[in-house]
Amino acid sequence: METLGIWIAAVLTLCIYSFLYRDNPFYRFAEHLLVGMSVGYIIVITIYFGFIPYAWTPIKNAVTDETARLGFLTLIPISMGFLFFARLSSRHAWLIRYPIAILMGISSGIMIPNALQTDIFAQIRGTIDPYSRIDALSAFEIFGAILMVIGVICTLTYFFFSIEHRGPIAGISKAGIAFLMIGFGSAFGNTVMGRVALLIQRVDFLINDWIGTIF
Amino acid sequence: MFEKLMNIDRRIIFIFVALVVIIPMLSPFNLPLNVSEPTQKLYDYIDALPAGSTIMISFDYGPSSFPETEPMAAAVMKHCFDTGIKVIGVAVAYIDAVPLADRVMQQVAAEKGAVYGEDYVLLGYRPGEEYVILGMGAEIASVYDSDFSATPISEIPMMQNITNYDQISLLLNLAAGSSVEVWITYGHTKFDLKIAAGVTGVIVSQMYPYLQTGQLIGLLAGFRGAGEYEKLINAPGDGTKGINTASLVHLLIIGLVVIGNIAFFVQRRREE
Repeated sequence: METLGIWIAAVLTLCIYSFLYRDNPFYRFAEHLLVGMSVGYIIVITIYFGFIPYAWTPIKNAVTDETARLGFLTLIPISMGFLFFARLSSRHAWLIRYPIAILMGISSGIMIPNALQTDIFAQIRGTIDPYSRIDALSAFEIFGAILMVIGVICTLTYFFFSIEHRGPIAGISKAGIAFLMIGFGSAFGNTVMGRVALLIQRVDFLINDWIGTIF
Repeated sequence: MFEKLMNIDRRIIFIFVALVVIIPMLSPFNLPLNVSEPTQKLYDYIDALPAGSTIMISFDYGPSSFPETEPMAAAVMKHCFDTGIKVIGVAVAYIDAVPLADRVMQQVAAEKGAVYGEDYVLLGYRPGEEYVILGMGAEIASVYDSDFSATPISEIPMMQNITNYDQISLLLNLAAGSSVEVWITYGHTKFDLKIAAGVTGVIVSQMYPYLQTGQLIGLLAGFRGAGEYEKLINAPGDGTKGINTASLVHLLIIGLVVIGNIAFFVQRRREE
């Protein structure tokens, strides 16, 4: 059975890689199989781990279990959830605003204070913090701290559109573009590393696992 | 010649890349690998934990990204089991991470003689990412009343003394998406949970600001991070094998980028 699984995986891998030569029916078959199976799998998993424990079971308990005295309270959020399906009827589509409003309100209330702390305050502190202990820093670390502040100012200037980018502002803005390009270059290099990793794993599978079943 | 280079069939480049990947697989070799500071920090932190401590690993990757993250999981768990640290596995972003997590946990446990329920446990996936993280901060059992195979959490020995993040020494997020930011936002900022990350190459650039501020105590960056950790625990595995091959592919790609740029500028000068 394991050998059969390896063969199916190997054949499908080769079908997908056949696209590197050109588009062909084998590639399309594997692509459609992947999309279809992924959607089917996610639907089943969502029903099993989402709908049944968080909607079906509470409804069943509220109706049948007399010991769950406050069980009916769970029907309120579940009913709100079901209002998402109102979108399917043009006459009742407006009802979807209620669950969306509740969801947005709760999410914003939870997210905004934490996100401000995580991505704004902590990052600002991280940018200026090296200057509070500059005596303990090496020359290279001091250079890094100065470069970081320059990079932050230049990059923010590039995105500051309330004044025209002329004269010294244009120069600072161009330096900001350079910092951005360095960042994008780093992201691109790391992305290449990630994609190469996927290729290496597949080739490793084909050589060691699949060909291993033949010889 | 430069015109030919500019119009080279992309399939020739694919053949070169394939050869550079296949040849090292057939005749393995080892390139020198220096351990980076973020990897060393994570290793040092885990190594300093007393035996009996518990770390949580959040497996937030799917089948399309496991080649980079799975070697990290294996290396860190080997280190944990060697030093008597218990491991709790969860998944908050991708449901399909659970079978992958189960596979790697079983493999490492079998190799190290770790016992399920005593040395490690896999709680599985719950939907609602940030709400799961917030819920576990109050009480893990309120979110995970059972493990992934439906064993009640109250019947799992190693979970008896674990209520919430207060008993978790470290959260290692193995991620292929935005879950690290979510863990930092809700786990670290709200509950002061110590967090480290092991991420795919695609998102590693986004992690450095958090590393610089101390919101992440350590970082494993793609294949390289896995290889470095394997070197630190002296157990070469898929990460080491992968980074050796990847280094050659990177050299090829750098060469192609340089040649492509030279050809482009020469051609443009001629046109002018």
